[in-house]
Amino acid sequence: MLSRPERLALLARASAAELAAAMAAAAPLPPHRRLRGPEVGLTMLRGRAGGDGAPFNLGEATLTRCSVTLADGTIGHAWRLGREAEAAEAAALLDALLEAAPARAEALLAPIAARLAAEAEAKARRAAATEVRFATLAAMR
Amino acid sequence: MYVAVKGGEAAIEAAHAWLAAARRGDPSVPELGLAQIEQQLALAVDRVMAEGSCHDRGLAALAIKQARGDLIEAAFLLRAYRTTLPRFTPAEPLDTGRMRVLRRISATYKDLPGGQVLGPTFDYTHRLLDFALAAEGAPPPPPAPEAESGVGPMPRVSEILAAEGLMRREPAGEEAPPPDLTREPLRFPAPRPLRLQALARGDEGFLLGLGYSTQRGYGNAHPFVAELRLGEVEVVLCPPELGFPISIGEVTVTECQMVNQFAGAGEAPPQFTRGYGLALGHSERKAMAMALVDRALMARELGEEVLAPAQDEEFVLLHADNVEATGFVEHLKLPHHVDFQSELEKLRSIRARVEAERAAPRAEAAE
Amino acid sequence: MRPGFADPVLDAQAAFRAVMQAMARPGTVQRLAAAPDAPPPIAPAAAAVLLALADADTPLWTDAPEAARGWIAFHTGAPFVAAPEEAAFLLATSAMPPLAGLRAGSDEAPQEGATLIVQVGALRPGAGWRLSGPGIAEAHRLAVAGLPADFPAQWAANAARFPRGVDLVLAAEDALAAFPRTLRIAEEG
Repeated sequence: MLSRPERLALLARASAAELAAAMAAAAPLPPHRRLRGPEVGLTMLRGRAGGDGAPFNLGEATLTRCSVTLADGTIGHAWRLGREAEAAEAAALLDALLEAAPARAEALLAPIAARLAAEAEAKARRAAATEVRFATLAAMR
Repeated sequence: MYVAVKGGEAAIEAAHAWLAAARRGDPSVPELGLAQIEQQLALAVDRVMAEGSCHDRGLAALAIKQARGDLIEAAFLLRAYRTTLPRFTPAEPLDTGRMRVLRRISATYKDLPGGQVLGPTFDYTHRLLDFALAAEGAPPPPPAPEAESGVGPMPRVSEILAAEGLMRREPAGEEAPPPDLTREPLRFPAPRPLRLQALARGDEGFLLGLGYSTQRGYGNAHPFVAELRLGEVEVVLCPPELGFPISIGEVTVTECQMVNQFAGAGEAPPQFTRGYGLALGHSERKAMAMALVDRALMARELGEEVLAPAQDEEFVLLHADNVEATGFVEHLKLPHHVDFQSELEKLRSIRARVEAERAAPRAEAAE
Repeated sequence: MRPGFADPVLDAQAAFRAVMQAMARPGTVQRLAAAPDAPPPIAPAAAAVLLALADADTPLWTDAPEAARGWIAFHTGAPFVAAPEEAAFLLATSAMPPLAGLRAGSDEAPQEGATLIVQVGALRPGAGWRLSGPGIAEAHRLAVAGLPADFPAQWAANAARFPRGVDLVLAAEDALAAFPRTLRIAEEG
């Protein structure tokens, strides 16, 4: 079963179309009320000096967050990079639904996970094709 | 003397209208879409994000379109827009060690765990103009080749040296949040986190020139690229209402670790030190220049003599920001009619005095 | 968890406007038409001021209980501080913290003085204290129920350190009035 952080990570990366498809698959949707947002804001991205030292502020990134509540008081949250307000609300609603029924998450979000994995794999394979294979003379080692 | 205090509205409106028309250019040429800028001028988008200090490809593309391709103007627009947005929870420091690597090279070790991965680079192109690109409407290039990807780790080169005790370890981070120059003005001496923030949003050209100067003898540097990596890193933050960290997406960053010799001073033995560069997007030149300048600015902390411009933190940090610099340089275009009138009068009175003094001895000689 | 403003943009602007009017015309009573339904004991006007003004950059102190604090944190993102002297904004739902102990800014940066929101029993214009100072043409009267007995003395000491000092917002249900640090209070009947 997907943990809530895993679920939120998938909902953060889902496209608007993927969220719409997940909502259609989860229908009928219970009514929800907006608790906060959807609102666009910034998060300060940080790096570390030397990659592993003291943190420093790198620059900001836009993000959209939304929190909704269902009639029974269940609360769903969404935090996503970018500025898609509708998608953030859909993600928050799906989080609320899955908070009530966590076992459904895996199936409902499987297409998103599959697409992300395929994209990551394609990039890794392309990078691997540009890895240098040195033809080194044994005597030079 | 009359001073015009108001006017020019009609002229300004007409200028804006012309600017809009000039931005669009010849209407018979198709309009540029934001997606085209984002996809096909991707490195311009990255530079605007880095110098605009705001990661949002769509906004950066819009800024480039609005600025007619003037990237400093675009960074200015992006900076201005970001001030209208509320700041939510800060992200946890990016873990570049866990980057999904698209490119990773080292100039110090040929064979290193994870290998030399070239990625989409200009490095081995011949810099010959490719007229095939001028013929629009060609089919897209074939997909790039793929190969079996190893799942091996890609340790940092700096870590390999640090494990041997040859590389100065970075002092551990503090608990307190790092200083933020978007909230507090720069003060000197500036701690390294503040310097790195200023450099990360600094002008690529300015940092490039300074970095170059350190290589040419203004700052006693003999740098090596220990590692340059480009890739996607996860953005993680901890929303207070959840109380646990969540991953909210990925950003692409470029990281450079520049190794430099250090003669040792006081207790510190001779060892390598590193300059560090990190830039939003694919910005190799920026990350490398930043790493050179970061190392030069460590002179004071390492007990080295501060002799070169790149080692002078006031000089570097106060002049690296192109939005500030452009504001102060370009403000000279604004009306200075009254200031100039006073200069003019002063000059006239000095000249009158000098001429009077010159005339006086002649008058005496004539007597 | 209750929602914040019904319309986050327009309602926040209206609350900002109300505070601005109240500060510009000290002692006048402003009513907030669209204040949020905050958890008790937070008065709607006090909630509106916090939602409009507080954010992640403004350390906040309050004596409100845990549930109310959670609501403020969720909607404003402001970090809570335990010591009143560290806060940029303070919300006192019961006893007012002594003014002398709050951030007063410096002569160089008087804007760093704290803004204290105090919930009071009632605000009645036309009676009580005689108020004067910038923003008041002649004199204005306001009766405030629920401030400590030594408030006029505390306020005089606060005004005496101008340009440093604390600004005050008084909230009663959906009404608010403001005492900027330039205000003078006379206790005549």
